[in-house]
Amino acid sequence: MNIPLNITKTIHDWLFSIMPEGAASIVEMFIIALVYLGIFTVIGLFLVFLERRVSAWFQLRIGPNRVGYQGILQSLADALKLLSKELTGTVKADKFLYNLAPYFVIISALMALAVIPFTKEFHAFDINIGIFFLIAISSIGVIGILLGGWSSNNKFALIGAMRSGVQTISYELSIGLSLLTMILITGSLQLSEIVEVQKNGWLIVQGHIPAIIAFMIFMISGTAETNRAPFDMAEAESELGAGFHTEYSGMKFAYFFLAEFINMFIIAAIAATVFFGAWLSPFGITESLPWLGIFWFLGKTLSLVFLMMWFRWTFPRLRVDQLLTLEWKYLLPINLVNIIIMALIVWLNLTITF
Amino acid sequence: MEQRTTIDKSFKSEPYQINMGPQHPATHGVLNLLLTIDGEIIQKVEPDLGYIHRSIEKMCERDSYQQIVHLTDRMDYLSSNINNEAVCLVVENALELEVPERVKVIRTIIGELTRISSHCLWWGIMGMDVGALTTFFYGFRDRELINDIFEETCGARLTMNYNVPGGLMLDIHPNFIKRVKKFIVHFKTKIPEYDKLLTENIIFQKRTKGIGILTKEDAISFGASGPVARASGYSCDVRKYHPYSALDKVTFNEALRTEGDTFARYKVRIQELWESLSIVEQLIDNIPEGEHRVKTNAVIKLPKGEYYQKVETARGELGVYVISTGTKSPYRLKFRSPGFSNLSLLSHIAKGGKIGDLVAIMATIDLVIPDIDR
Repeated sequence: MNIPLNITKTIHDWLFSIMPEGAASIVEMFIIALVYLGIFTVIGLFLVFLERRVSAWFQLRIGPNRVGYQGILQSLADALKLLSKELTGTVKADKFLYNLAPYFVIISALMALAVIPFTKEFHAFDINIGIFFLIAISSIGVIGILLGGWSSNNKFALIGAMRSGVQTISYELSIGLSLLTMILITGSLQLSEIVEVQKNGWLIVQGHIPAIIAFMIFMISGTAETNRAPFDMAEAESELGAGFHTEYSGMKFAYFFLAEFINMFIIAAIAATVFFGAWLSPFGITESLPWLGIFWFLGKTLSLVFLMMWFRWTFPRLRVDQLLTLEWKYLLPINLVNIIIMALIVWLNLTITF
Repeated sequence: MEQRTTIDKSFKSEPYQINMGPQHPATHGVLNLLLTIDGEIIQKVEPDLGYIHRSIEKMCERDSYQQIVHLTDRMDYLSSNINNEAVCLVVENALELEVPERVKVIRTIIGELTRISSHCLWWGIMGMDVGALTTFFYGFRDRELINDIFEETCGARLTMNYNVPGGLMLDIHPNFIKRVKKFIVHFKTKIPEYDKLLTENIIFQKRTKGIGILTKEDAISFGASGPVARASGYSCDVRKYHPYSALDKVTFNEALRTEGDTFARYKVRIQELWESLSIVEQLIDNIPEGEHRVKTNAVIKLPKGEYYQKVETARGELGVYVISTGTKSPYRLKFRSPGFSNLSLLSHIAKGGKIGDLVAIMATIDLVIPDIDR
């Protein structure tokens, strides 16, 4: 029983039977793009809702609970409100870059979503440099933030954007190196193969100590990469108002907002894929039911998302120089040593497999 | 002329200015700070006041003494009851009016509860300014209980107007003692929670330790008072040195630290929560029976002369200076507000820090803008 595969296969066969091959491929691409756009929106809106409820839970509040069942439609209502809002802008803004910036952010988030392996079949774009692609694409987002801050003609926005640039460039290194540590075990950059390897135990178990260190570094730098508290330098509201998106309103603001949540999902999804075996169930307990993979995947990812929300609503914010100290003086050296340890472990066959 | 037209095309770094406020999340009101910044490093902070000036001192010259009490609520609205008390005390001292013991004890209890509620709010804001948003709600949870007690007794939650020259407007509500006791038990479990959530957090300590150091000499020369001065080792608690109301009957320690940095100012306030709680605890069982008010003339006329009374609000020393010519209104009334002196040292201690430091320092100075801009 394999529902996603059956559906996609039926549509695929039907498309190719009614039109020439080239046209069918193009139509299929559009359909996939639309489906992913839908997933993108649903995930984004759901995470906004989730964050509001989770933060309310941490903060002795109730949170949105009026629109729809338990407030589930609240973020949809907010999105509609933002759609209907006027797009304001500053007079002396660099109009072209100002309008371009949100698309950089949102497109990079959307492209990264394409390589996320939801299940074995539900995986739009399984390229052999999957991890590399993810890291590369997710760093395009910072260009949007820099452009947005620069072109807004607002000093607060500019400070926010510059902070964000510094931060993302620094923490990219840690993200890359911590994933590289895990690649030493899998020997492949392809996400499906990385998951395949984990049938003998999740990588966090296989790589034991260095894997756990790599996971912690990945979560820290992933939180920094997505500009979320305690690393929300770029939009530190008590310091900079709203940071780089101070001058954005309406749907353009919503793009930044949505992209932040999608990026959080992507970071959590990468962590779930690389460290916790993506759609694989623990000890293969549901191996006979592959369609359950999506639940395992989402369960793992949402747990990590919850962890990131927990960070956000508990920790104070670091100062910008402390942020860089943490990366360059602590995380990066630890990471480099960790890679060597991992290499030794793989070389000496000390990994734990079942 | 030739030299002027040649444009220097090399990039030079130069300081720039930004306006923090009047509408900015960290200024807690309508304070405008003109910052001169070199990158992230602050070179100069110029506070610009006047956005919420209501000429309270001038209005006092028009009003009767009973009416003046109401105006003081709107100065430092977080310690409104203590402000009321200051004006009442100055009038009572001038008239040589002996208020009943009951009034004194109730005034002190409510004053200390006001201090706790003010510090609760400050604690929430402090966390928010350094980026921990959750503290805000924790602080408000406990503040709400005090506000409920006030609402029951005085009918108002923030601007209480509970004191009148000669006593209290009303007697305490029958539930007052019971609820305050309940609050004491509740709050004793919550201060350790504050410590767990924020004080012990390593990021918070890194953000505050060694930042914005104010030496004792500077504290004295800037006229700092309250927790800001006490964190620098300057012992200046008015409650200790010039006890008023029932404060001479209680024992408490003056919260003192010597580091003078942001963390010391934070710790002093946390310790003050414990001390205020202990003062309330000592008095709540010993409220003497008696009248809640002594009769005064409907129109109070202070004898000709000059009078001064100082009290310790949640922010520091509030002085009320009255010159009376024997009429129903003061000839001149001057408030010495703690916030104004404490704001004046902001530029001195924030220099050389980052924007994030400035926000943390501002939070520990605990500015209430209507108190600065009367």
